[in-house]
Amino acid sequence: MKSEFTPPVGKISQIHGKCISLIGNDIDTDRIIPARFLKCINFDSLGESVFEDDRKTLKGIHSFDLEENKNASILIVNSNFGCGSSREHAPQALLRWGIKAIIGESFADIFYSNCIAIGIPCFTLPKNSIQNIQNYIANGILFLEIDLKNSLAKSKDLILNLEIKESSKKMFLSGEWDATSTLLANKILIEKKSNDLPYLNFNKHFC
Amino acid sequence: MSQDTLFDKVWDLHKVSCLPGGSDQIFIGLHLIHEVTSPQAFGALKDKNLKVKFPSRTVATVDHIVPTDNQSRPFKDNLAEQMIETLEKNCLEHKIKFFNIGSGNQGIVHVVAPELGLTQPGMTIACGDSHTSTHGAFGSIAFGIGTSQVRDVLATQTIAMNKLKVRQIWCENKLSHGVYAKDLVLHIINELGVKAGVGFAYEFAGPAINALSMEERMTICNMSIEGGARCGYINPDETTFSYIKGRLCAPQNKNWDEAIKWWKSLRSDQNSIYDDVIKLDASKVEPTVTWGITPGQSISINEKIPLFDDLSPNDKLVAKEAYEYMGFKPGQSIKNTPVDVCFIGSCTNGRISDLRVAAKVLKDRKVCKQVKAFVVPGSEKVANEAKKEGLDKIFKDSGFQWREPGCSMCLAMNSDKLIGNQVSASSSNRNFKGRQGSPSGRTLLMSPAMVAAAAINGKVSDIREFINK
Repeated sequence: MKSEFTPPVGKISQIHGKCISLIGNDIDTDRIIPARFLKCINFDSLGESVFEDDRKTLKGIHSFDLEENKNASILIVNSNFGCGSSREHAPQALLRWGIKAIIGESFADIFYSNCIAIGIPCFTLPKNSIQNIQNYIANGILFLEIDLKNSLAKSKDLILNLEIKESSKKMFLSGEWDATSTLLANKILIEKKSNDLPYLNFNKHFC
Repeated sequence: MSQDTLFDKVWDLHKVSCLPGGSDQIFIGLHLIHEVTSPQAFGALKDKNLKVKFPSRTVATVDHIVPTDNQSRPFKDNLAEQMIETLEKNCLEHKIKFFNIGSGNQGIVHVVAPELGLTQPGMTIACGDSHTSTHGAFGSIAFGIGTSQVRDVLATQTIAMNKLKVRQIWCENKLSHGVYAKDLVLHIINELGVKAGVGFAYEFAGPAINALSMEERMTICNMSIEGGARCGYINPDETTFSYIKGRLCAPQNKNWDEAIKWWKSLRSDQNSIYDDVIKLDASKVEPTVTWGITPGQSISINEKIPLFDDLSPNDKLVAKEAYEYMGFKPGQSIKNTPVDVCFIGSCTNGRISDLRVAAKVLKDRKVCKQVKAFVVPGSEKVANEAKKEGLDKIFKDSGFQWREPGCSMCLAMNSDKLIGNQVSASSSNRNFKGRQGSPSGRTLLMSPAMVAAAAINGKVSDIREFINK
């Protein structure tokens, strides 16, 4: 848990940091942040509650509690990470704990788009590459330098060709992942679309 | 790439622009909000000094945090009270229609919008809740979004999104007696897996789907997300139209004729192209129960919990976790597993038809003494209708607690929670670790009829042994 939190802003092209590995398929957003922590009107205090129940169950040996993972910022996960609830509280909790990028075998759709919307790039790698990285981390510390433009991650003895959706990559490089202003720029097109939709004619309450 | 499916037609119709990055900017026809995922979005609007662009296209209700025992204000839980107050304030300030407790139309957002006739074919519908896929039952394109996207919809009525691929799931024949929509969708998720739907919209089709009522169709589309598909839909037909007709926000008189004509034009064409097609035989589906920690880990009532060696390599990791968490042994029967709590409700199975089916099972029977059983109607309308039909009395006479509408123990954001490692038979949608409010609580998902049967016997039971007597 970082003491001071600064949210990502603007263009994102380089991320470097220590990796933290979390093993398991289908890790859902209820586990990332249990529902009781959703009783809040801002995201500020979510960082400390990330994986709360899993961490309590594992009594100090959960990845997010291990001393060697302190200050880590690149999360390595397996398949279908972030499935279940659409709660943005899940990536917000990870972000506030200190996670700046995630590399995994695959991600659930809504979780993925929530990560993009708050400035956490998610990369994919084949199953065996993820397992190799996780084995590496089990035996030592891994620092990665991620170069988003070239979809490359490097450490002193590893080079990884990361995969990321082209549209997501462009959004991070241009800063348009924070989508509101890009969407607002098409104000006239939005007005036009709103007037053209057939169901406006027969749904008078949509005045 | 799919072509001429309902999904393609509705997507193209709502496309505002191609964004520089390559995503589409999609207009959202109907935006639904609730107290949990909207406050931060309104906060962000304020920070950016933005207004709600089309206030009449957003409709609000309160569901996740509401207590179901005593709804008098202020709520006993200060945080819950703060959340409902924030929603009230935001709706008032931005002139958003809010169906509050006591309005007669409050309830789970995915129960309320269809009931009001807000949900209609051909719309794009978004809500900060993953079960927004429910509304696809009407032939709308509906999906869950996160809070940042809620902010974007409020500010622009659009979101940035990549077009999904379309997989048709063709269900042949029809469901057998004692087998419900819930069993079918659990079966589909089990067959395809919990991540097969990632990147896809699911089109449910075929004779078995056509034969379903609107409420059953909602159960199917509701759980698309549990199969990884952010969006699931069914082509609109006469069943759809007759459900919508006459509802509060439904088109009327000559508008109705115009609406029907347009809705009919939206169906996937006979020769439309899908990215993938799956066929299955609905008549082979049996009453289905989950045994693990994902909605994909289910078996028929008479099957045994799978052996580790029989599982595919991909399923082994989660299965191992599931045996351990659930305390079940591979090869063990699911039938006769003792249950502690029985819950009927949720956006999956908290509608009037669900309550009717369960009440029919419970009539003149008693809930097992060791079991705590409660029913949470999906909305005030469902509750009122149930009372009119005397269902509340049947539930209460049997030993079920009759509660006020809300999401309740589906996700346990209110005080309805499992305790310790209790086992719950639940008509909800997720059996994730800790989902029902206890970090070691265990959830068995099943149809409402099966929950009623489990409540009577105090253990997982085959509903067919009740209704065939």
